[in-house]
Amino acid sequence: MGPVLGIRSKLLRVIREFFHERDFLEVETPVRIPAPALELHIDAEPAGEAFLRTSPELHMKRLLAAGHKRIFQVGPCFRRGERGDRHHPEYTMLEWYRADADYRDILLDTKGLVARAAQEILGRTNLKFRGLEIELMPVWEWVPVTEAFKQYAGWDPSVNFDGDRFDLDMVDKVEPQLPRNTPVILADYPAEAAALARRKPGAPNLAERWELFIGGMELANAYSELNDPAEQRARFEECARRRKDLGKPVYPLDEEFLAVIASMPPSGGIALGIDRLLMLLTDSASLDDVLPFRD
Amino acid sequence: MSYSASDLRKGLKIELDGVPFEIVEFQFVKPGKGQGMYKCRIKNLLSGNTTDRTFREVDHIDKPDMEERELHYSYPEGDHFVFMDPDTYEQVTIPAEAIGDQKYFLTEDLNVSILFHNGKAINVSLPSYVEKVIAETEPGARGDTATNVLKPAKLANGYEVGVPLFINQGDTIRIDTRTGKYFDRVSKG
Repeated sequence: MGPVLGIRSKLLRVIREFFHERDFLEVETPVRIPAPALELHIDAEPAGEAFLRTSPELHMKRLLAAGHKRIFQVGPCFRRGERGDRHHPEYTMLEWYRADADYRDILLDTKGLVARAAQEILGRTNLKFRGLEIELMPVWEWVPVTEAFKQYAGWDPSVNFDGDRFDLDMVDKVEPQLPRNTPVILADYPAEAAALARRKPGAPNLAERWELFIGGMELANAYSELNDPAEQRARFEECARRRKDLGKPVYPLDEEFLAVIASMPPSGGIALGIDRLLMLLTDSASLDDVLPFRD
Repeated sequence: MSYSASDLRKGLKIELDGVPFEIVEFQFVKPGKGQGMYKCRIKNLLSGNTTDRTFREVDHIDKPDMEERELHYSYPEGDHFVFMDPDTYEQVTIPAEAIGDQKYFLTEDLNVSILFHNGKAINVSLPSYVEKVIAETEPGARGDTATNVLKPAKLANGYEVGVPLFINQGDTIRIDTRTGKYFDRVSKG
């Protein structure tokens, strides 16, 4: 664990340098919150009358609505019941948001950040991970979700979306087939699978969301952010109804967030798992090797 | 009886469409914004084949009716073998096909572990080594202690095994039941 602690510290420093050089403001938002974002399959850890945040997303969007144009945050997030080689109920998330931008601008940031981290920590921009050689620059493969599903799973999830089948085929048929020698951007998810992303202009069945995979491992999730309060409320309410049907706890709507997102400019945002990035940079098979304390 | 997906773990025995399986590899996965799932490699306990199967958190998985019993071998009876429960003295008859080639290594009172599924024997495990008497082999070459040169020999039940040249008819040897091969000599005949 000794060298990994040093690499983690250096990675955090590189991240802060990267964003400060680009005029981003580092922010801190509450960890204990009354209303975690409603997502069908993300469960919050209760903390007294409130909950531990599953992501700082809603608060950071409130800062965008308040006029901040470029913000980033590094801090702990909590997801109840998630434990495996690539999951831990408490983990470190990096999120950043850009006003007057979309998910393509966020992709440029992400490429720059990942390549910079590898260069500073490994002295090169190619990774050796689980026996793979992965070139981080310059090409990241852009793979539309619908194309990947048509090719590897034999159906188009943008027509008659089936969430159960989508999840199963994603892990059994699509993810194992994605290229591994280069980072992959799996892009434009069915709108049903993107609770807080805006719809794609000209393709309303799809949402402007991408996920980054490096070496077959999912590393980050980015959106062109939804800033239509009526649609956002409808999506939260639909999600609340479905959570109730599944017997899952239903969290209150974040009314303060809904009250201000109409004043949020068109924005792009992303959540990136720092612990998984450390796995990539240290060629680790499990979070066991990069988390200093694992319960 | 059933398990929920969160009960799954490596080594657990489950039943799918009436067939018992054992989970040999197990991984929690959760695609971004998707549901938690359990990617498993499972071994068919009847055929020995392995296959991959992903379970969702909401899935219920059948629990097989399985029992492992320690029994003592008694005697053959037609195309069956009769075992005895050392605690209850109950006699248990197992068909030869459930035992396979392991039948050649059974000896009286041998302690054998038998796995039953729905009351039917599906796997028989013998101790790693059993002692057997050589019924037939060419006379031994005295003083030749090499163990790497083998000659053919037969047990009373017809099983053929290669033994070192110094082994004689009537000697007791140990056989490794996992490989079916000669291991060492226990005593001279």
